[in-house]
Amino acid sequence: MIPPAFDYHAPTSLPEAIALLSRFGESAKVLSGGQSLLPLLKLRLGAAEHLVDIGRIPGLEYVREEGNFLRIGGRTRESVLERSDLVRERYPILLDTARVIADPLVRNRATVGGNLAHGDPANDHPATMLALRAEVVAQGPQGERVIPIDQFFTGLFATALAADEILTEIRIPVPPNRTGGAYVKLERKVGDYATAAAAAQVTLDASGVFQRVGLALTNAGPVPARAAAAEDFLSGRRVNEGSIAEAARRAAAAASPTADRRGSVEYKREMARVLAARALKKAVERAGGR
Amino acid sequence: MATHEIQVTVNGAGHQLKVESRLLLVHLLRESLRLTGTHIGCDTTHCGACTVLLDGEPVKSCTVLAVQADGAAITTVEGLEQNGKLHPIQEAFWEKHGLQCGYCTPGMMMTGCALLARDKDPSEADIRQAISGNLCRCTGYSNIVKAIKAAAEQLRQQ
Repeated sequence: MIPPAFDYHAPTSLPEAIALLSRFGESAKVLSGGQSLLPLLKLRLGAAEHLVDIGRIPGLEYVREEGNFLRIGGRTRESVLERSDLVRERYPILLDTARVIADPLVRNRATVGGNLAHGDPANDHPATMLALRAEVVAQGPQGERVIPIDQFFTGLFATALAADEILTEIRIPVPPNRTGGAYVKLERKVGDYATAAAAAQVTLDASGVFQRVGLALTNAGPVPARAAAAEDFLSGRRVNEGSIAEAARRAAAAASPTADRRGSVEYKREMARVLAARALKKAVERAGGR
Repeated sequence: MATHEIQVTVNGAGHQLKVESRLLLVHLLRESLRLTGTHIGCDTTHCGACTVLLDGEPVKSCTVLAVQADGAAITTVEGLEQNGKLHPIQEAFWEKHGLQCGYCTPGMMMTGCALLARDKDPSEADIRQAISGNLCRCTGYSNIVKAIKAAAEQLRQQ
């Protein structure tokens, strides 16, 4: 399939890219790894008159800790995240997430920024970034602004990014001691979207009480959102089978999955419950709890 | 219609081409350069039949624009054979019956080559993980895994 005709621009600096986006407005799309955008164009599910490729702008691919944040460049490929020692040792939830996105070939092109900016509730990074309470950095004609992840997803395939803004960085707060996170996904086969998946990030106190909890589900509604009821329930409670089970039940009850070839609403909600519990348990283990 | 001048190195040979913005890398290879060893299977980023190496990394060439490859080095299945001698991975697919219909084979071999370039002794699990974006509908994968393992052994002895 050949996509409909468009014009292609390959700016070599952010100001140049932003100027192009300002000029073309809604008729332009940012091309990052292209692993969602190019299939959409080929299948005529989306259209663009101009593609602004940010792949030739230096300095947008990095993973480093700096100033109390893990900073991920917006154009960092999933394969880079997957092979990062820093991620493997300090942020295993990100490794859990990256390695179940699409397949290894797609991950050589697909980017973390693209996964978020696409605004697809079936994508895997939104839940993880919600659990991690990440921030998204956007660059536009007026400079830089920082968007809390809770304000980033505004609708189905819609985000808080303006047409002339580029997602340049994701910032994840460096976790305090006794913190652990995990992402678990049920997929029919490699490359499929989640039937259900859950991301959990927990901080425990020395006596085994949940101090801070981040929990979010993938593909559980039209807009990626945190499982706030479950988070609130767990905060201040002791880690045990019962508290985790009840939180998972509350997360699943608040989910609104849709029926498709992956299963019925009832089945998906039940899987969301099971996976939320598993993610919480694994996060607790990684936090050094039991 | 927007066109661009691009420069690509394919299997070691430099090419200067004028391409339309929307031309896909797989069509550049198959139609502009007549390198039809790279197959088009699903054309929707699922099957991996169109896998080529882009600056050494295996990618699905149906989901890369030719203009994005400007300045890059590309290796296709035609680039594996050197001086009339098959690459060890080609020998191994032959020897271990790593193919039946052969449609997925160029992509499988390119993914296999990229794996062996960064891991000289992959486990069966590593191999299965690496080829998880390449679909084969004939072999059941067992002989493909054996072939990549055999190629790894052969390459280690060289």
